[in-house]
Amino acid sequence: MWDWEFAFYVMPDILKAIRVTIAATLAGFALALAVGLALALLRRSAFKPLSLATIGFIEFVRSTPLLIQLFFIFYALPLSTGISFSAFQAGTIGLGFHYGTYLSEVYRSGIDAIPRGQWEAATALNFSRLRTWTKIILPQAIPPTVPVMGNYLIAMFKETPLLSAITLVEMLQTAKIIGSDCYRYLEPFTLVGIFFLLLSYPASVLVKRLEFQLKQQ
Amino acid sequence: MGMPSKVEIETETDSMTDEPIVRYRKVAKNFGELQVLKKVDLDIAPGEKIAVIGPSGSGKTTLARLLMTLERPSSGTIEIDGELLWHEKVNGKLVPAGEKHLQHHRGKIGMVFQQFNLFPHMTVLRNVAEAPIQVLGLSQKEAQKRAKQMLAKVGLADKLDAFPSQLSGGQQQRVAIARALVMRPKVMLFDEVTSALDPELVGEVLTVIKEIAAEGEMTMLLVTHEMDFAREVADRIIFIDDGKIVEQGTPKALFKHPRNPRTRSFLSRFRNNNWKDS
Amino acid sequence: MLELLPALLRGLGITVQLTVLAAVLGFALAFISGLGSLSKSSIIRFVTGVYVEIFRGTSLLVQLFWMFYALPLFGIRLPGMVVGVLALGMNFGAYGSEVVRSSIIAVPRGQIEAAIALNMSPGQRLWRIILPQAWLTMIPPLGNLLIELLKGTALVSLITLADLAFQGFSLRETTGRTTEIYSLLLMIYFVLAFFITAGMRWLERRAAMGRS
Repeated sequence: MWDWEFAFYVMPDILKAIRVTIAATLAGFALALAVGLALALLRRSAFKPLSLATIGFIEFVRSTPLLIQLFFIFYALPLSTGISFSAFQAGTIGLGFHYGTYLSEVYRSGIDAIPRGQWEAATALNFSRLRTWTKIILPQAIPPTVPVMGNYLIAMFKETPLLSAITLVEMLQTAKIIGSDCYRYLEPFTLVGIFFLLLSYPASVLVKRLEFQLKQQ
Repeated sequence: MGMPSKVEIETETDSMTDEPIVRYRKVAKNFGELQVLKKVDLDIAPGEKIAVIGPSGSGKTTLARLLMTLERPSSGTIEIDGELLWHEKVNGKLVPAGEKHLQHHRGKIGMVFQQFNLFPHMTVLRNVAEAPIQVLGLSQKEAQKRAKQMLAKVGLADKLDAFPSQLSGGQQQRVAIARALVMRPKVMLFDEVTSALDPELVGEVLTVIKEIAAEGEMTMLLVTHEMDFAREVADRIIFIDDGKIVEQGTPKALFKHPRNPRTRSFLSRFRNNNWKDS
Repeated sequence: MLELLPALLRGLGITVQLTVLAAVLGFALAFISGLGSLSKSSIIRFVTGVYVEIFRGTSLLVQLFWMFYALPLFGIRLPGMVVGVLALGMNFGAYGSEVVRSSIIAVPRGQIEAAIALNMSPGQRLWRIILPQAWLTMIPPLGNLLIELLKGTALVSLITLADLAFQGFSLRETTGRTTEIYSLLLMIYFVLAFFITAGMRWLERRAAMGRS
């Protein structure tokens, strides 16, 4: 049933496509880190409508399917705005904003955990707002959140197959193309699953270890 | 492996009338490297009230927890009602007791904890009636009747439908006492039951325990820091230090004329406190 | 724009059905594997560990495709709906397993000791004392997972199941009203997610009754 010869025959193509998968993950995560921080800060705005709008945006993006969001970015945005994206760009934007809303919560918990005294000390030292954030608050708020961020990175990695739906030829799409060409889906899809497991499982073990170390401190 | 045969010899002296209800024989308990109890021997007579005192970390709580089967002894044996608690005979050999054996004997023992440990998801009435229904197999009606009687006894007849979070610490601890008593155990263990209470709530809990003690027939083991209470309630005081019973005797003997220097130094701390208070 | 709604909502039934069935399967699996991961038997712990890591470590869409396209090679040809429920349910269950496990661990030791002191059997301790308390801790994270499950149902459109998303794609092909259709779709999912959130809040309030 399982054909080793065929499996080895298709493996190189799938391995090549891992690069696209990883590139999309990293690009998406970089964007998510920025979007998440921006959303976390906007949410704290003293201007109520802005903070409420941010909360609304976060809730909306978090509770709707990434797949539809990707279609919206890839197919609908060009029609209504005239800007069109490549599949990779659209995928990066979709992943970045979707996970940005999750990461904004992570930033928020990190910032909320900073004791009041730190803000008061910064005021007492007459730090500017920018300086308070970049020198006092964020350097303390972010390190404890690293394991949680790591978990979201892994989660995002596992969502990249969705980009195949907007024609990005990453691992899953490659396997699908091979499958429909050769009328054999078992080996290509199984390989894709194994590659995901091989990358994500050690990564999650690593994150767990990191979490443990942080707790020890 | 000489232990099992020795145990058999000891159990053969049974069926005398003034047989102890609880018997610790060379009971030791280690937590890793730490020796919490060191070969303790202790007999408790039916109806006897024993107060266990000693510094924190001396092993006095472990003494009670071993009897409640919350902790397994590292060596030695405990008997309840003439039968081994932590060991059972399988094909003529003594082996560590299984859950069934433990359940069979655990029913003779009840315990009240320092932290109350009431079930937060149940009302006061259900906290008390749950085990009679589940464990004793009583009908809902019968169990609630018993539970209400018990709650009335501890002065909480008006709190049946309250949840534990709505009660004061003293009230919670009284519910916990009712919850243990309703199972009609032969031996009651009280593990520092007032240590987690605000000072003004200690009295109401001690009063309830004194009332139970005054009824006479209940065997009680009280691990406590309350020296006045121990003196008032107990027939015998046991002073434990560093995992060993250092000294024991009647309250009068032990508090007035402690012989061991460690007992003396321990008690002197409480005397000093009393002087300061009065 | 609203005239598109009836055609779109034709997929609502499938989406709701998938969510409910997969949630039921997933809850059951989460409980079984959550308890299994705390088992004394190392074999049971190993088996549940393998299940959890495989379904968490590969991707939901890969699992869907595998069951839909690769499983028939073993002679197992399942209808799309069954594949959808199985893949979503098993995926949800694997994530839920950790929620169940950590909530059980979070029940204070004193609660179990009190149950032992009342001579409750291990089964009674679990069902009467531990689970009712763990349940309260579980509800919020399970609610979040339920939203993830709802979002995940959109993926079944890629294995030809005619759910909400699928109706959206085919409606777009016939009408070409891309922006409106995708916007409507997003809003429908948002409303569905809102119902789930409200439902879980209600459950949480009910479970917390009397407790502060």
